[in-house]
Amino acid sequence: MNKLSFRSMKGRKALSPFLNYAIVIAAFLAVQLALKMDMVSNSMQSLLVPVCCYVVMAISLNLTVGVLGELSLGHGGFMSLGAFSGIIVSVALKNLVPLSPLRLAISLAVGALFGAAGGVIIGVPVLRLRGDYLAIVTLAFGEIIKNVMQVLYIGVDEHGLHMSTKEAGLLLSETGTAIVKGPMGAVGVTKLATFTAGFLLILLTLLIVQNLVHSRAGRAIQALRDNRIAAESVGISPTKYKLIAFVISAALAGAAGALYGLNYSSTLASKFDFNTSILILVFVVLGGLGSIRGSIVAATVLTILPELLRNFDVKEYRMLIYAVILIVVMLVTNNPTLWSWIARFQRRKAEEKGGAEQ
Amino acid sequence: MKYTPREPVKLVPVPSTNKIPERDIDKSPILECRHLGIDFGGLAAVKDFNMAIGRTEIAGLIGPNGAGKTTVFNLLTKVYQPTRGTILLDGMDTNTMTTVQVNKAGIARTFQNIRLFNNLTVEDNVKLGLHNQVRYGLWSGIFRLPTYWKAEKQARERAMELLSIFDMGYLAHFKAGSLPYGAQRRLEIVRALATNPSLLLLDEPAAGMNPSETAELMDTIVKIRDTFGIAILLIEHDMNLVMGICEGIAVLNFGQIIAKGTPEEIKNDPVVIEAYLGKKKKEA
Ligand SMILES: Nc1ncnc2c1ncn2[C@@H]1O[C@H](COP(=O)(O)OP(=O)(O)O)[C@@H](O)[C@H]1O
Ligand SMILES: [Mg+2]
Repeated sequence: MNKLSFRSMKGRKALSPFLNYAIVIAAFLAVQLALKMDMVSNSMQSLLVPVCCYVVMAISLNLTVGVLGELSLGHGGFMSLGAFSGIIVSVALKNLVPLSPLRLAISLAVGALFGAAGGVIIGVPVLRLRGDYLAIVTLAFGEIIKNVMQVLYIGVDEHGLHMSTKEAGLLLSETGTAIVKGPMGAVGVTKLATFTAGFLLILLTLLIVQNLVHSRAGRAIQALRDNRIAAESVGISPTKYKLIAFVISAALAGAAGALYGLNYSSTLASKFDFNTSILILVFVVLGGLGSIRGSIVAATVLTILPELLRNFDVKEYRMLIYAVILIVVMLVTNNPTLWSWIARFQRRKAEEKGGAEQ
Repeated sequence: MKYTPREPVKLVPVPSTNKIPERDIDKSPILECRHLGIDFGGLAAVKDFNMAIGRTEIAGLIGPNGAGKTTVFNLLTKVYQPTRGTILLDGMDTNTMTTVQVNKAGIARTFQNIRLFNNLTVEDNVKLGLHNQVRYGLWSGIFRLPTYWKAEKQARERAMELLSIFDMGYLAHFKAGSLPYGAQRRLEIVRALATNPSLLLLDEPAAGMNPSETAELMDTIVKIRDTFGIAILLIEHDMNLVMGICEGIAVLNFGQIIAKGTPEEIKNDPVVIEAYLGKKKKEA
């Protein structure tokens, strides 16, 4: 019979998720060790939480773009929703929940909730349509969130939350504080975010996304990506499973946004603009569509790379080198000749072992 | 959206049907098409299509390329909404149903242009066929609750069982897209069977197969009908296969049925020979 010129997925599939946990845990421990030994510069230290946020953002966007196969250009919008809702909750609960890790956890959960709500609002009308409408709608969504947050004033006092489009319209009592101040963004935030919290959020994200992908719902999501008509023909509802993937993705982006917002004493709405959405998309595409590990590595490397280059004496060429590295990585990760070349070697190894032939 | 069975439509004599095998004759047909038709931009791709299929019948739909055979499948599975006519599945009108609902109601199909989930493994493809057979919730899956392990084990065992129909168990962990052509066609059949259909539609199952593979496929199709006790409607150009295993045959030409009957009757029908078989013979 004909030789089977393809590879079994068995070993790879079973091992891959655990390897991702291992990589993240190892990286966390290594950084902790480096911190103890005082080997991390201040500017690098300030990047630790943002790196965690971007890793979560990249994994979450990969769920939409790589696993579901729908393009989203407004992931920054969900991050923004999470950031501002998380900040507001953390300030509002300052006296009620004095324990900061708990307050942080609650803020992240609320951020995730708001992200998910945004996902539902966008997803329900758009994902029932056939065709690529999600990209354009999410693009608009990101811009709308940004513009709305730039005119909104939100404050809190003992009567609860106050919202207005003018600072004077907040009508806060004397003990109240204005949290979001329109174009000035969120101000006076207590920095609750820690590297450990970011690490735990990454682990939780990995748990949710990887387990989802290898479950009944995750298979249905991938089936819709591979062949929508075939998926429908075996009784898989497209709207339902697209929505599940998109809302989970938006919720994780919301949590990452909350963590990001709570890492700075002030946050501008313009931080979560189109450029941020595209940056996260670049992480996903460079890391490889559908590759969780790729997203983790790409988000980490590309976030710290500009900072690393700053350390070398290449000031003028910093962004040039950054661009060159981007291009090289893109060529390498998406180069079919290179991959088939690697595949040939692995195949030869499998044949030596007398693998799957009949 | 949950599918709710509706009042059965009263059965009236079908204007004309193909020959249903004797063992099915006193039972109501699993599928009945009445005056089915569809227009594409004013052009009738299928017109006045009438056909009934017995509960355990293997029926054939043949005709030259472009006759409208695949379009009939697309109408039955609601990929297209019919312009005219009625489809009764087990006496139930499918007019308001979607593709998903039609599958849940019992029609499964394969595709002329293979449509597998190429980036997923063979086993996952079959498990996707089992999507509505072996169920557990989203959260059980994400947090790996006991129901997840139980259902996944069940799904894996059932998938391997179904794959063994074509002795494809050893391919379980290969990517579907990397399989040879013939294996992809067989996998499509397994995936369709996994949805537990009462009517299986096969669109050119032997296309691209060599004579020995085709002979094997013929045996397997009959075996599937016998073990699952289901009806099978197949489109095929291979006359050995069609004449060899179909009990009733309908011949389609320019969207219209020009003949119906047993293989013997079709072979000897002058209209068919003229429109279809005759032309083939001249070509050959
Ligand atoms: N979606 C469509 N839009 C327009 N014409 C179509 C469509 N689908 C099928 N047709 C036409 O219907 C006719 C029958 O096609 P088809 O059912 O695929 O034939 P076959 O009998 O070879 O399977 C062809 O002329 C084809 O061009
Ligand atoms: Mg066809």
